[in-house]
Amino acid sequence: MCETCGCGDPELVPVALREKILAGNDRTARHNREHFVAAGVLAVNVMGSPGSGKTALLEATARAALSRGWRLGAVSADLATDRDAKRLEAAGIPSRAITTGQACHLDAELLHRALHDIPWQKTDVFFIENVGNLVCPAIYDLGQAASVVVLSVTEGEDKPLKYPVMFKAVDLVLVAKCDLVPHLDVDLSNIHDALSRVMPSPRAIEISARTGQGIDAFVAWLEEKRASLRFAGKGSGGLHGAHAHGSASDRAR
Amino acid sequence: MHEYSLIQALLKRVEEEVRARQALKVHALALRVGELSGVDPELLAGAYEIARAGTPCAAADLKVTRVPAAWLCPRCGRILLPGAVLRCPDCDVAAELSEGADALILDSIEMEVP
Repeated sequence: MCETCGCGDPELVPVALREKILAGNDRTARHNREHFVAAGVLAVNVMGSPGSGKTALLEATARAALSRGWRLGAVSADLATDRDAKRLEAAGIPSRAITTGQACHLDAELLHRALHDIPWQKTDVFFIENVGNLVCPAIYDLGQAASVVVLSVTEGEDKPLKYPVMFKAVDLVLVAKCDLVPHLDVDLSNIHDALSRVMPSPRAIEISARTGQGIDAFVAWLEEKRASLRFAGKGSGGLHGAHAHGSASDRAR
Repeated sequence: MHEYSLIQALLKRVEEEVRARQALKVHALALRVGELSGVDPELLAGAYEIARAGTPCAAADLKVTRVPAAWLCPRCGRILLPGAVLRCPDCDVAAELSEGADALILDSIEMEVP
């Protein structure tokens, strides 16, 4: 109300919010994270290009992890079909497909809804296989404790330089399909060099789901993450983890 | 192309504020988009043009401020050259991203209230 003359004219007011556009997603992600941590489940967000070998990695990991007695679970996201979830089931990982329709990424709400349909609480490690995409999944926190990206050697040595947002935010890069290196004009040292220019603390494991190369090292990395989850009583962060609880994230009025 | 879903989240948030303050009209929205936020400001503006019809933001300007990114040494403050290895050559510690460089922020809403 115009208080000077009482004419009843509306007035223009600036409302300062200073909040993240994805504050709603981040709230749901925090909720997911609290559930995972309370249940002692290591949730891992697995990202990478279409065809980079995310599902093959999880199949190979299942062989190594199940023999250690780990209980695994997964959701697998694609625009259409439940083919990957079926592959994971066949590999011994109880799984559920999330079909995203036209959406190019998972968000915390999609994951939350899927979790209602799968006994994730009874797992030690729960994989969230994201939609194949090096762009959009990077900015959506899901509530994971750790994030990994699968980068296959056939994608080109400079891929990290082209998609810095994805690589700067992950805890580990799995350089995949390394059994193909002898057949390609690719130099693994160039991939590691590119990673050091987009990740402040680069960590990478060279793997081959076909030969099993590096899979034990990945399982050991997961074991390390599980130990820190138990030790800290909460997730190590992963994507957006550093500011997941920051007061500036939601509201700063 | 996640810009459209970001705009949906933005419009939903603005509508909440419009209801809470019983606003008559929204005049402008101000956003800050970091260079490493994973969002293209032009795609964001394009998505806004399409999505705002029929919402309280139908006549509201979208002001986008771009926040440039730099990697800095947390110890000596040195700014690393673009494309460099993300480790301070003097202090040998991991670089940190400059403030706001990966953020996507709804700064303010200018609205008409009764």
